[in-house]
This record gives sequence, structure tokens and C-alpha cells, in this order.
Amino acid sequence: MWASILIASFGTYAEKLLGYLLPHHMLERESIRRMTSLLPVSLLAALVAVQTFAVDQALAIDARLLGLGVAVVALLLRAPFLVVIIAAAASTAIVRYLGWLP
Amino acid sequence: MARKSGGGDAGSDTRSIDRNALGIGIATGAYALSFGAISVASGLSVLQTQTLSLFMFTGASQFAFVGVIGAGGGAIIAIVTAMLLGARNSLYALSLGPVLTPKRKIIPVTALLTIDESTAMALRYDQSKKESRRAFFATGLSVYVFWNIGTLFGSLGASALSDPGILGLDAAIPAGFLALLWPRLTGGSRGDNQKMWALAITSAAVAMVLIPFLRPGLPVLFSALVAVVASLMWGKTSRPIEGA
Repeated sequence: MWASILIASFGTYAEKLLGYLLPHHMLERESIRRMTSLLPVSLLAALVAVQTFAVDQALAIDARLLGLGVAVVALLLRAPFLVVIIAAAASTAIVRYLGWLP
Repeated sequence: MARKSGGGDAGSDTRSIDRNALGIGIATGAYALSFGAISVASGLSVLQTQTLSLFMFTGASQFAFVGVIGAGGGAIIAIVTAMLLGARNSLYALSLGPVLTPKRKIIPVTALLTIDESTAMALRYDQSKKESRRAFFATGLSVYVFWNIGTLFGSLGASALSDPGILGLDAAIPAGFLALLWPRLTGGSRGDNQKMWALAITSAAVAMVLIPFLRPGLPVLFSALVAVVASLMWGKTSRPIEGA
């Protein structure tokens, strides 16, 4: 675990450093810029889906989906980060406690 | 928030930069509480969690890293996912270089502090090099301090619980990713937002379809291909990129 933490930390730090050290034309290509700005949207959306529906390699609908729905409502209401997350976690915990959803 | 149009005295501008920087730091610090808790719930120790906040220091990558580990995706997939999400920081650094013109010996610190929030603040004040530098470092340092304090309290809090799952922390993970994604879906022009929604929904669908067939973590990596295809498709129609 430690090795992967250090490698990942070094790797992401190197990415930041690279932007300052490399000659400009290497990263400045329009296609690279566009791809780099779209990547987070794809990855984050996929992470939302996977973390909501996956149980190992199966798909399941459980209390997490309700939590995500509550998060959407909180975001639409422009709630701050922490409120969004607490609302999602709390609603999930409550329906589980009540036994309505696994 | 619009940049002040000229004329104001430098002192009050500096104060407003510092005030904004502090506010952004406190907000992200609150977010770090949930990162610390989720990281421990995913199986990392308090020290390992803190190491990520001290040295990786880029929220989405940190969340993704512990998310993949927690889901059983393994080290390599966790590292690759974190780095793909961190790739945008290279572009931030590239745009910031000419604005901040950091001296060689402070480049390592400047790089560490290069994140969404500090970049946005620096570019908001890019009319003046002095203000831009101030905005970058005030925001970067403020977020760095609060992010690490938040992480520590979050991880200590979660490690004191016998079963973090009981608090619905597993639902906090997708909510956290959604909160990171949200500004990218709603922050642009109407046309841009529609494209981003289309990209997000397609990527989510691709990942979900692949869940039963691939080991945990890989479906998310495959979704990156959707971004590659989209950027090729939209190549001709995209607006010119600012900065450069």
C-alpha cells in the first residue's frame, strides 16, 4: 500500500511540475488541451456511476442511490460541499437504519 | 465574482484576495473532512491518508485513488486513475507559468500548490502579476493548510468508529465525485454544458456496462476512452482555449 501511495503522489506531483518545466509547445497542442479538459468529466461521471451501483463486479440498487439523489437535490440548491456529502451519507444511513433499503 | 475594475487602492484589493483565499480554504477544508473519513473507510491508515493530502494534494485524484483501493481495484489501477485525473494540473501549470513566472527555486512549491482553486484565483487576477501571484499563493496555502487539517480530523474521526459503513460513508463517495463533477456540467455556456452532460452520461453508461466484465477500477479507466473520442469528434467545433 505504501509503495502505491508514494508512486501515485510522486506521479501526480510530477504532472504539476511538468507544466512549469517542459517547453511550452509540448503541451500546448489544441488536441491535448481539449482531451485533458474532457478527461475529468468522463472519469468523475464514471466514478459516480460505479461507486453508486457496483458491488464488486455486480450491479445493485441500494441505499447509495437514494444518497446520490439527495446529493443532486443539494447541488441544485447550491449547497456547499460538506452539506452535499453529509446529506447523502445521512439519508443513506437513515434508510438503512429503518430497514427500507440495504 | 467579477474582478474589480481599476481605480481601487492596492491595499483593499489585497485584502479582498486574502479574504477570498481564506473562504476557499475553509470550504475545501470541510470537504477534506469527508476525504479523510472515506480514505480510512477504504482501508488506508491515518498516516497513509495524510501522506496523500500532504504530497498528492489534488482532491479528485485523492478521492479516486482511495475509491479504487476501497473497491478492490488494486494499486496499479488506482495510480493510473489518479494520474489521469491529475493530468489537468499540467495544463494549469502551463497556463500559470507566464503569469506567475516563478523563480527556479520556488517552482517545487509552486507546483505543489497548483490545483483547481489556486489556478482559478490566479487567472482571475491575471491583469496584474503582483495580484495574480498573491491570489495564487494565498489560495494555494490556505487550501493546503485547511485541506490537511480537515483530512486529519476526518481520518481520526472515522478511525474511532467501529464500522464507518454505518454512517453511510459509502454513499458519501459518489456524492463527493458528483460534487467535483457538478461545476464542470453547469459552469459553461448552455451549449458547452449540454456537451458535458452528454459526455458524462455516456461515460457513466460505458462504465456501468463494463462492471460485470472487468475487475473493479478498470471500467472507470475505460470510460476515459469516451473523453478521447469526444475530443476528436468535437475537435473542429470547440471554442479557442484561453490562456496560452
